[in-house]
Amino acid sequence: MSAVAHESLQFHLETEHHPQNGTLLGFWLYLMSDCLIFACMFAVYGVLGRSYAGGPTGAELFELPLVALNTSLLLLSSITYGFAMLEMHRNRQRATLIWLAMTGLLGAGFIGIELYEFTHLIADGAGPQRSAFLSSFFTLVGTHGLHVSCGIIWLITLMVQVSKKGLIAENKRRLWCLSMFWHFLDVVWIGVFSFVYLMGVLP
Amino acid sequence: MSAHTDIDAIHGDGHEHEHDDGIGHVSLKGYAIGFVLAVILTAIPFWLVMSGGFKNSSTTALVVLGFAAVQIVVHMIYFLHMNTKSEGGWNMLALIFTAVLVLITLSGSIWVMYHLNHNMMPAMMHDMQNLP
Repeated sequence: MSAVAHESLQFHLETEHHPQNGTLLGFWLYLMSDCLIFACMFAVYGVLGRSYAGGPTGAELFELPLVALNTSLLLLSSITYGFAMLEMHRNRQRATLIWLAMTGLLGAGFIGIELYEFTHLIADGAGPQRSAFLSSFFTLVGTHGLHVSCGIIWLITLMVQVSKKGLIAENKRRLWCLSMFWHFLDVVWIGVFSFVYLMGVLP
Repeated sequence: MSAHTDIDAIHGDGHEHEHDDGIGHVSLKGYAIGFVLAVILTAIPFWLVMSGGFKNSSTTALVVLGFAAVQIVVHMIYFLHMNTKSEGGWNMLALIFTAVLVLITLSGSIWVMYHLNHNMMPAMMHDMQNLP
């Protein structure tokens, strides 16, 4: 009986030993709620994705080589952010900033290609108002692109903060939050390229 | 933001609780394994669809979805550093809860709306035929 009491006391002490400020858990909860937003949009696309209204289909519109390029850019930006985190742990400010800049450039490339794709679609008369399929497509992919754009702005802000104040604990925490955000967007993109693009071109 | 700057100034130096703030456990090996796996899991479905896929397109769709699910797990483990212990298990609990909600939202919407589409049209036709 006393052993049980001792164990529970141990457990209590263990939890007391984790006085983390709630930022990382709170940010994780935000990411999960963001995940629900994307889930709703995926559901809308899943319902409306074949409602072409006599307009162009995914098989006619999607250019898979371009999507493959986009996917590799985002995947590369994930690994460069990982390298930035490794350098951050070694407290090497300059290397961290270089890897962050690489990440930002790859993200900007991703957004550039996506904007190119969108303008071409709209110019070809396949804008969001053409059919339910295209409305849901632009909503889902556009929201993801908006998230990546916000991530790039955040990245630049943090680069300025790191270069001014150095790799202090607060900046490390912020970089860690952005890393979760960035990797989370890559996870959402897995769903986008699989569910929207790859399954969209199937007959 | 100015409030944060004040906090920075106070806590900037001598902050010795780094091992307690949940930051840690990153390694080159982990990122490398995750990246290689992610590249493989991305390349296979792209190659499959671009080379025409299986004869039955729903088989191809299922394979693509399967690879996506595996890749999401790989990203969660190696890039987002998910494990059952971080934040005392609350991270994992929130993730599981979200996964359940996502599953209900996705499968429920598609299931209900598919049947709605299926059942609505003939019934309406039937009603119209019976109109006086």
